[in-house]
Amino acid sequence: MDRIDMDRLKTGEVNLGTSIMAVQFDGGVVIGADSRTTTGSYIANRVTDKLTHVHDRIYCCRSGSAADTQAVADIVHYYLQMHAQTSGEAPTVHVAASLFQRMCYENKDGLSAGIIVAGWDKDTGASVYNIPLGGGLFRQPWAIGGSGSTYVYGYCDATYKEGWGRDETVEFVKNTLALAMSRDGSSGGVIRMCVITEDKVERLFVPGDQLPKFWEGKEVLGAASKKVYTEPEAMAVEA
Amino acid sequence: MTSIGTGYDLSASTYSPDGRIFQVEYAGKAVENSGTAIGLKVKDGIVFAVEKLVHSKLLVPHANRRIQTIDRHIGLTTSGLLADGRHISNRARDEASNYRETYNSPPPLKAVADRLGLYVQAYTLYSSVRPFGISTILGAVDNTGPALYVIEPSGVFFGYNGAAVGKGRQLAKTELEKLKLSELTTREAVYEAARIIYLVHDDAKEKEFELEMSWIGTESNNLHVHVPEDLFKDAEAKAKAALETFE
Repeated sequence: MDRIDMDRLKTGEVNLGTSIMAVQFDGGVVIGADSRTTTGSYIANRVTDKLTHVHDRIYCCRSGSAADTQAVADIVHYYLQMHAQTSGEAPTVHVAASLFQRMCYENKDGLSAGIIVAGWDKDTGASVYNIPLGGGLFRQPWAIGGSGSTYVYGYCDATYKEGWGRDETVEFVKNTLALAMSRDGSSGGVIRMCVITEDKVERLFVPGDQLPKFWEGKEVLGAASKKVYTEPEAMAVEA
Repeated sequence: MTSIGTGYDLSASTYSPDGRIFQVEYAGKAVENSGTAIGLKVKDGIVFAVEKLVHSKLLVPHANRRIQTIDRHIGLTTSGLLADGRHISNRARDEASNYRETYNSPPPLKAVADRLGLYVQAYTLYSSVRPFGISTILGAVDNTGPALYVIEPSGVFFGYNGAAVGKGRQLAKTELEKLKLSELTTREAVYEAARIIYLVHDDAKEKEFELEMSWIGTESNNLHVHVPEDLFKDAEAKAKAALETFE
């Protein structure tokens, strides 16, 4: 469902072979993404910002074609400004997600975009909406997306708990993304995160050399080992 | 009317020298000659009531409704030219469903009133069209709670706690002002609305009329529906009784 169809990208098109994520908690959402943008095997940008502002308290995580998702996010940003002006109040996350959904569904043949919309509004509080490739719309307590997400569904299912606070949620997002980035060749670089609450949007940054570490394997058996060879000792004989 | 014969009232696209558009003012006259319609914004919802003048005894009772449903939670009633009322309710339905389609959520009444106001105003700009001969009362319970708007033939619209349009609007307004609208329940408001319609009806001048009532509120699960039969009959009977004592 969330796999990026590589055949749909034109040759040379910039791809967000990505790991993205959004998790709601009581009072806010944490969104996060890796920072790798590729053209084939070349890393076109290793410090990309895939967390895109669409309104004061609504952000989206972009995966798929960089050009397509930037264009869609720009258009939705414009729609939301218009909506805010005419209605006189901040748009809801649901409205933002619906606008993304409509664009993704009506142009499904021409787009390669998997988007997660998340944020805070005064009607429902924090919420996360997933819009996968075909242009569906699903509200979820947490959502992961991009090529890297396939490696960490099990981790998320096993780890996620309801009722977490801000700090636990940030740790969950950071760890999940680090695991996805370590397995997925199209993901990597640094981790960017945003904590969106009623009061503010806080940006968090984890440099590439400070990513959480997990089991990384031992040296291959049979290769030259560091173990020093020791001469067998003669058995001690009783006097 | 001093304007007649001056030539400035022949088209909606021509101002008079003192800056008026007579065609729009004439449209207002069309409203003044039509059966009264009122809308009440109360504590937990909206109540509509209409004095539907029956111009023929051969008409099917309760047919040719003057209160229309625009969306699940939005009601509309007009006073003035009946056909214009039908047209504006169709347009309102289109606007409401268009909002639903794009934003995937029930339209707030303000959004519908806004769009409908623009539409009505556009008919005051061209010589090829005539302004709408109706005043429209829009009511809903939306995400902000109960809301009530009136759109005039000029396209302006205002929000109200109580609204009255049509022939008996002056008397209806003074009656509405006496009520503590923000403390009433929709059920209580149904009785008041029925009473006001019966009060403003002038049987000396007018022929038969039919009372028509709808509501939106806690008792209708925030949906726009005609008031239940038993409540309607009770309110109508009490309205008739109140009229006896009033006179």
